[in-house]
This record gives sequence, C-alpha cells and structure tokens, in this order.
Amino acid sequence: MGDADMSDVIIKDNFESAPPASAWRDFWRVFFRNKVATIALGVVLVIVLVAIFAPFITPQDPYDLRSLVLRDARRPPGFVGANGMHYLLGTDSQGRDLLSAIIYGLRISLEMGLIAGAVAFTIGAIVGCFAAYAGGRFETFIMRLVDVQLSFPAILLAFVVAALLGQGKGQLILALVFAQYAYFVRTAHGAASAERQKDYVQAALSIPMSGWFVITRHILPNSLPPLIVVATVQVAAAISLEATLSFLGVGLPPTEPSLGMLISNGFQYLLSGRYWISIYPGVALIILIMAINLVGDQVRDQLNPRLRK
Amino acid sequence: MTSFVFKRLSQAVIVLIVMSILVFTGVYVIGNPVDVLISPDATQAIREQVIAEYGLDQPLWKQYLDFVGSMSTGDFGRSFVFNMPVGELISQRLPATLELAVIAVLLASLIGVPLGIYAGYRPNSLASRIIMAGSILGFSVPTFWIGLMLIMLFAVQFGVLPAGGRGQTASLFGIPFSFLTLDGWKHLLLPVLNLSLFKMSMMCRLAAAGTREVMTTDAIKFARAAGIPERTILRKHVLKLISIPLVTVFGLELGSTLAFALVTETIFNWPGLGKLIIDSIASLDRPVMVAYLMMVSVLFVVINLSVDLAYAALDPRLRLKGR
Repeated sequence: MGDADMSDVIIKDNFESAPPASAWRDFWRVFFRNKVATIALGVVLVIVLVAIFAPFITPQDPYDLRSLVLRDARRPPGFVGANGMHYLLGTDSQGRDLLSAIIYGLRISLEMGLIAGAVAFTIGAIVGCFAAYAGGRFETFIMRLVDVQLSFPAILLAFVVAALLGQGKGQLILALVFAQYAYFVRTAHGAASAERQKDYVQAALSIPMSGWFVITRHILPNSLPPLIVVATVQVAAAISLEATLSFLGVGLPPTEPSLGMLISNGFQYLLSGRYWISIYPGVALIILIMAINLVGDQVRDQLNPRLRK
Repeated sequence: MTSFVFKRLSQAVIVLIVMSILVFTGVYVIGNPVDVLISPDATQAIREQVIAEYGLDQPLWKQYLDFVGSMSTGDFGRSFVFNMPVGELISQRLPATLELAVIAVLLASLIGVPLGIYAGYRPNSLASRIIMAGSILGFSVPTFWIGLMLIMLFAVQFGVLPAGGRGQTASLFGIPFSFLTLDGWKHLLLPVLNLSLFKMSMMCRLAAAGTREVMTTDAIKFARAAGIPERTILRKHVLKLISIPLVTVFGLELGSTLAFALVTETIFNWPGLGKLIIDSIASLDRPVMVAYLMMVSVLFVVINLSVDLAYAALDPRLRLKGR
C-alpha cells in the first residue's frame, strides 16, 4: 500500500468547490500564516531556481570530462584541488565537484518528478472526469481497473515497468506515470461524481450543451482542488520513487545522473568512511521531498473544509 | 453472496491472465538472453543447441503457451544463470525474505501502535508532537536512504553491527533461519529496522487518527463516567475499537513488504527474493524474472481477494451490491 494511504486519506476527505478567483489572495494570506509551510515553499522555490539556472551557478560543469581532475577523486569536503578549485562538498570517484553534481542531480530529479506528475495529472483528470460523466459500464470498468492497480504498491509497479522497459528518461517517466496515474483517476472521479450530482451540472446537461463542454468548463475546474493536493504529494513521491529506482539500477542511465544515482555511486565508498559522496546528495533529496510534502500538507489543510476552523 | 464471490473470483482470474501476458511479453522485450548465456566464442552448433534447449527458437505465442502450461504444473523453467529449476531457487530464497518481512511487520505493529495510541490520546503533548513529526519523516524519507544512514551509523561509525549478509543461521525444519542465532539477530537488526520504519510510521498514524476519533465517542465518556481507569480504557476499549483498520493494514502490509524488501535486501546484501530479482534483471535471467513477477501478482491478487471476501462477509451492504 505504502503511499496509497496518504492519498487515501486525501481522497476520502471532502473538498469544497474551487474557490473563486478573488479567494486567491485569501489563500496565500492563510498559507503564509503557517511559518513552516512558508519556509518550505521558499526552499522549493530556491531549489527550482537553482535547478533551472544550474549551468550558470555551479562551480564546475560536472559532465564536461575535461574539467575533471582524476587526481582529486574522492577528496573530502573543503578540499582545494591542484588547479585551485575549491571543492565545498568534496569530490566523487571521478574527481567531480560534488556540489555541482548535486545541483545537476536536483535538476534531473525535479524534471522527472514534474513531468511524470504532469502527465499522470492530465491522464487522471481526463479519465476520472470522463468516467464520472459517462457513468455506466465504462465507469465501472475504469474504476475497477484503478482499484486493482492501487492494490499493488506503487514502488513495485514502477519497479516492474522500469525493469521491463530498461533504462532511459522516457521509460522512467512511463514507469512513474504508470505507478501514479491511478491516484489521480480516483481523486478526479471522486470529485467529479460529486460535482455531477449538483443542480448546475444537471441543468447544463439538460440544455443541448455538448458533454465535452460540460466536462471541461464545469466538472473539471471544480474538481481541481483535490487534484492539486494529490499532485503535490505525488510529485514528491515520484521524485522519491525515481531516486529509489535509479539507486536499484533500473532508473536513469549513467549519462543522466539523478540524485538517486549519485547516492548509489557513493554507496560503495560509504563502508570505507568516505561518507560525503552518498550523504550530501541524499540530504539534498530529502530536503526537496520534505519541503514539497510540507507545502502539500498545508495546501491540503486549507482546501479541506472539515479541518477549517 | 455466491454471485459476489463468483464475480470477484473471475475478476481475479482475469487480472492474473492479463498480468501473465504483460509480464511475459514485457520480459521478452528486454535484451536477448542468448548474448548473456552463450560466450561469444562458442561455435554455431553450440549456440543452436542452447537456443533449442531453452526453447528460445519458438515463436513468442508458443513460448507463452508453453510457459503457462508448465507453470500450471508448478514448473517455472530453469534459471539461465544458476542453471537450476526456478521453483527450487525461489523456495531457497523465500525463507530469508519471509523472515525479514514477518519480523519487520511485527516490529512495526508492536512499536507503531502503542506510539500512535499515545499520540492520539494526548495529541498536544511534546512527546506526541515528536512522534507525529517522526512518523512524517518515516513516510517521506526514501527507504534506501534510511538504510544507508543505518549502515553509516551502526556499521561504519560505531562498528557495532554488521553491514550486510545473513550471518550465522540455524535450521528449523531443515530451513536455515537467522533469528535462531545471536549472530543472526545482529545481522537481522538493521535490515528489519529499515524495512519496518515505513510501516511503523503508517501504523502509528493510523492508530493516532483512530484513537483521536474514538476518544470523543460516547462509549469512552461512559467508560470514564463508570470510573474505569484510563489505562484499562486504552488497553481494552480503544485498542479494540481501532483494531479493525489496523488488522486490515497489517495483512496488506505483509504483501507490500515484499516490494520494499527489494530495496532493503539490495542495501544489506540480504540473500532473499528481492536481491534475486535485482540480480536477475541485471543478468537478464528471464525465467526467474517471470516467475518472481507472477508470484508477486498471485500473492497480491489472493490478498485482495481475501480482503474483499472478508469485507463482504462482514458487511451486508457489499453482499447486496454484488447481486
């Protein structure tokens, strides 16, 4: 089950309909009242900016082999290399500046998590809303399929798909989407079926409005709040899954070193006391995951009327 | 009820058939096992002989039918790498994983549930806040990372516990187990802790949420009014009332532990099923991969089927819906 349970809790919760546009400022005013969540949001934003501008801020291009000095391999944090290079977090087994490698790794991890999350979100929202709209056998079939899929742990599904497809960015995204889309379908379906019962949707359907129009204009926008909450949780889960898969050697190829792969590469040196090669990428990974989860928690609390005082 | 059971059973069979096709074709797509099996300097005659021996010259659908046919008789084929029947290989590795999984789930319940009850009973105390924050940590920090931390702390820094392996085993009914020897326990401790942390967090949060809800009910108010001591209320009433979701999760978690065992076994070099499947993927050992994936599918389908049936037996609404 694993992360299923966190989503279960979210899915079962009742959400209010999407707040009107004027509520946007109120939302952030309440959000910023929570100091922890505000700091977490700041951390996420900084990491995203650092990842975007990685080539301009890293001390070294970690994948330009010419800039690597093999003699400086596996040096501890703070080491100053022969060419005057200051390795703030030490170097890995190929003499790569670890700080630069981590920033590039964050970039790849974020990219994977966001793309996989966006694809799963889109598929889930469309399929879930359409199932709720269409009803009947189609709805039963889709929801039963989703139930069966959710009974398998996400990590196992992702692992199987990644193992079957082999290493690669596209394959990994497919594996992550396959492991996660069902959460979005269930959430979208839950919210959309509640929406479909409401009078205004019934009214819209009773006049000759196209079904597609009703879905995209009325059902989907009002199903967004719970989907957004699931999305934050699932992006964090995708990043964690990606790291796990890469660590196990079924994720990204060595040419796309995500954080998981950096940790995996350093694992063999951990036993000989060269802790930094694994530990610092791991710390970066955990800060990223925790920050996203903390933001997600706050968003969930705010969008969930039952918890609102 | 009969139609409900029949419906669920046929659904389970369909799921299994679909899984077997997916797994089989999926595994078939990866690489060419001939390259792994046969050394490049083997003669053409040897190559053809080996290919024929493993049935790799047959068309895919025929291989699938052969596979289903032999699997239904309990024959999973021979491992390309270990050159022994896959069934034997898996049953050799299974005890190591089972031992790890069962102890981990037990530990998770024995520690997680009491902590959760306490956190739900006194939600505003400092200890409860620490427990709940810790459980969030256990949820969101990836399992493999916790494993690395455990190794770094206890094996490298303090040097008190071994970093991997099963250690000394003793046999019970002819099967080697680590939990029968002191050295085995030393080897078990870190991987078990690693594997149980996620489940512990989950049990803890479930118990805490359940307790918070139960504490506000009339049943507890009346129990208090009757002068029953708090400890007895917690032990006898609260525990009983929150136990239904916990038992369900306990059952389901035994299955999902297998999935997480992949990670833990790789890190701690634990010679169980998870390590076997990772190694098999690296060496393209197809029969082992297919057998493992099928075994896991069957396991999950059976677990879900039993949960569904148990709920149906308990909840008359579900029974009626099946009609």
